[in-house]
Amino acid sequence: MSIKHGLLALLREEPKYGYQLRGEFEEATGAIWPLNIGQVYTTLTRLERDGLVRAAAEPVADDGRSRYEITDAGRAELAVWFETPVTRESRPRDELAIKLALALAAPGVDVSAVVQRQRAATMQSLQELTRLKRGDREGEISWLLVLESMIFAAEAEIRWLDHCEAMLLRHRGRPAKPPEQYAEPAADPAEANR
Amino acid sequence: MSAILDIRGLTRTHGAGEQAVHALRDVSLAVAPGELVAVMGPSGSGKSTLLTCAGGLDQPTSGEILVDGNDIATLGRSAVAALRRRRIGYVFQDFNLIPALTAAENVALPLELDGTRTRAARKYAEAALQEVGIDELADRFPEDMSGGQRQRVAIARAIVGERRLLLADEPTGALDSETGEAVLRLLRDRCDQHGIAGVLVTHDARHAAWADRVLYLRDGVLVGQAGPLPAADSLLQESR
Ligand SMILES: Nc1ncnc2c1ncn2[C@@H]1O[C@H](COP(=O)(O)OP(=O)(O)O)[C@@H](O)[C@H]1O
Ligand SMILES: [Mg+2]
Repeated sequence: MSIKHGLLALLREEPKYGYQLRGEFEEATGAIWPLNIGQVYTTLTRLERDGLVRAAAEPVADDGRSRYEITDAGRAELAVWFETPVTRESRPRDELAIKLALALAAPGVDVSAVVQRQRAATMQSLQELTRLKRGDREGEISWLLVLESMIFAAEAEIRWLDHCEAMLLRHRGRPAKPPEQYAEPAADPAEANR
Repeated sequence: MSAILDIRGLTRTHGAGEQAVHALRDVSLAVAPGELVAVMGPSGSGKSTLLTCAGGLDQPTSGEILVDGNDIATLGRSAVAALRRRRIGYVFQDFNLIPALTAAENVALPLELDGTRTRAARKYAEAALQEVGIDELADRFPEDMSGGQRQRVAIARAIVGERRLLLADEPTGALDSETGEAVLRLLRDRCDQHGIAGVLVTHDARHAAWADRVLYLRDGVLVGQAGPLPAADSLLQESR
């Protein structure tokens, strides 16, 4: 998550104080990425060093801090950010995929149990996200977008886990029960693939 | 609060000996008033069997099923039928509406079968249609409605009168994602506001997430569950 670009985006309209940026950042993202004020000032200091923002002359707040304003270089940087798709490689490595791969490789690890535990945990987050959505029928669109992005991600992870489980079963076979006993006459083939 | 649906040690076996298919094995589940429980699992894992047993449409091989305190196994055939008409509502993926009847007539049908006079049944049906937000479609026939509207009629039929238990078998399976979500909101509201107990079978994690608890079936066995309710933890079985 790029705090740097988030702050630049918030400064596009007018100069703002650090505390104001923090509040607006959390408002826009539904407080899903809480920022502490220290992170905001550290980022602003770096942005200032790189010439992307500068301290505005007036007015100065009670604590002596001034507002920050975006520079032309900052606007150019922001434009590039919006124009460039986020690449999957720029995201952190997927710990879950690595964990499952290693669980498969390690003898004595019950991979199905790992999958089921993860699925239950991810479902629980999905339930919490859904509760947030439920309570917020007329929510702000920016916040709903962020919420939906997390819902889609959780949903995708669960589907991927279902897929892993099905692959594991196929890989190992099911010697205890002959497959023909499990053939459901009216089975919907699309259903089986989900 | 005592459970509306209380399933204890439910086993359902089709056939016997070598050929036996264990559709459900020793499944226990209690659903409290106002609670919505989702059941997930691959095709053939026993989800529909769980619902048909809970609704008195199929008989357990062993185990107990109590609906509103009545043990389905010990009730006579006609008492089960009456319980089904009065207390239990079903919603299926393919809606199961009667094409020759209007929305209101479809919804009123279970009441009329149960001896309610036509005019009174119509009133209840209109109230149920209003609750699911489609009272203006009362006189329309199913073929003149969208999938989402038909599913709302089916839900109205499942909640009409004084239903306590709502059983929904893949109710969103034939709907697009947005319409499906609206159906879930509706089921959720019914449970929250009217103290109905709901059991929902779905393939869609996004829809299951509307439930208080999500149960996982594998080959007829409950293998785990997700849900923030502390009471749920005691039922958790990590794996077989
Ligand atoms: N009448 C029946 N006779 C024999 N086997 C059946 C019958 N009904 C269901 N089954 C079997 O019981 C298992 C569970 O079926 P079902 O409850 O329909 O699963 P799901 O709804 O999860 O797809 C399946 O293996 C199915 O083939
Ligand atoms: Mg089924």
